[in-house]
Amino acid sequence: MNPILLTPVDLAIASVLIVLDGVLSLVLRLGLHRQLAWAALRMVVQLVLIGFILRWVFAIASPLVTLAVILVMVAIAGREVAARPEQRLGRFGNYAVGASAVAIATFLTAILALTTAIRPQPWYDPHYAVPLAGIVLGNVLNGASIALDSLLGGVVRERSAIEAQLALGASFRQAMRGLIRGSVRRALLPIINQMSAAGVVTLPGIMTGQILAGMDPLEAAKYQILLIFLLSGGSGLAAVAVVYLAAMRLTDERQRLRIDRLTAKAKGSRP
Amino acid sequence: MSDAPQLSRLRVVNLRSHLAGPFDLTLAAGECVAIAGPSGSGKSLFLRMIADLDPNQGEVFLDERERRSFSPPAWRHRVIYNAAEPGWWSESVADHFRGEAMEFARAMAPRLGLALSLLDGPVVRLSTGERQRLALIRALALASPVLLLDEPTGALDEESSQRVEALLRERLADGTAIVMVTHSPQQAARLGHRHLQMAARHLVPA
Repeated sequence: MNPILLTPVDLAIASVLIVLDGVLSLVLRLGLHRQLAWAALRMVVQLVLIGFILRWVFAIASPLVTLAVILVMVAIAGREVAARPEQRLGRFGNYAVGASAVAIATFLTAILALTTAIRPQPWYDPHYAVPLAGIVLGNVLNGASIALDSLLGGVVRERSAIEAQLALGASFRQAMRGLIRGSVRRALLPIINQMSAAGVVTLPGIMTGQILAGMDPLEAAKYQILLIFLLSGGSGLAAVAVVYLAAMRLTDERQRLRIDRLTAKAKGSRP
Repeated sequence: MSDAPQLSRLRVVNLRSHLAGPFDLTLAAGECVAIAGPSGSGKSLFLRMIADLDPNQGEVFLDERERRSFSPPAWRHRVIYNAAEPGWWSESVADHFRGEAMEFARAMAPRLGLALSLLDGPVVRLSTGERQRLALIRALALASPVLLLDEPTGALDEESSQRVEALLRERLADGTAIVMVTHSPQQAARLGHRHLQMAARHLVPA
């Protein structure tokens, strides 16, 4: 069974719905029409571009090019993780912490999947490696940014509680325990919700895509299950990594709380 | 006072940071130094530097043993900084008093005019004055040789302040050295063996 291929005309017809959104914005004075148009345009250009790039990457099938593409994706995800928290670690700390955590989690989970469950020949075949890394990254990014935001915000909010423990002789690790636990917990809640809702409230994206592309629903479900396991593992790993890496930068050799290494983000700036 | 003090309990030598200092101070066992000075003059900074909670240079000795030879938690366990507005890391009061500290708190609470039931309640229900006294008990429970007290009775009425002072006097008699920041000249006169003034982030005799 072959997938039904879309023509540009099909897309143009669907785009009427975006125009409808724009009209709604004008009629209800939401002031969103310009943003909407810009976002829609960005989305189309980005996706078409990535389509061409992937076609090229798949065609040359070089492990080095595959790795380079994934590294670029990791760097962009790291930047997103770094940008979200209100608080900034000095010396590009958010970026370093975010990118390392995302990289560790993504590579570990993606390589595990490619060498055990999916096993393409060769295992780094870009047809599998690139989309797999992409979907893992998307979730890992979410987990890492929630965890980082929660930790950095929490350190500022709970500064006196942390220092009270330090002042009574607690180690930095003990004083941070509650906050670290809370941050990882918060990062894992979305994936737990996603698992509980999968197939009941929502039909997950991969499964939908594969069914549309002509795959047997049960086979598609198995793929989806594998992926959700990977995403949960990846999110957990990323959250733990980002939280510990950030905590390490918030202390020094005398186990002080170095809140002076944090600055609040200037409105609208990037890391 | 004699100018050849016996073995010092706490000795601060050229303690400084880019924010304050340099400071020098020596306390004998059982001695209390009272520090006064306007807000923002560096009193809390000084205490935090001794406890090694803020980055600093210089040396601090406890019973002539240098600070760096202690692990940071071991140092802060012995040289305890009690903040003017103490922090609480759990919702229930009891979580802040584990094991023997709880027995100690039950014995001390009535002496400071605190109802025992407070120990079983949540932190949010405590008044500012109750928090201050409970935080002091929390610090005293560790029986440290040095106490760095930042306005320990700042939120207390006269009667409660006197009760706190009586407790601190017992500690001094047991050999604890106390560095105390206080805005009350009467309190400084009652407890302090020596009086210093913090002015523009330097210590001068009062």
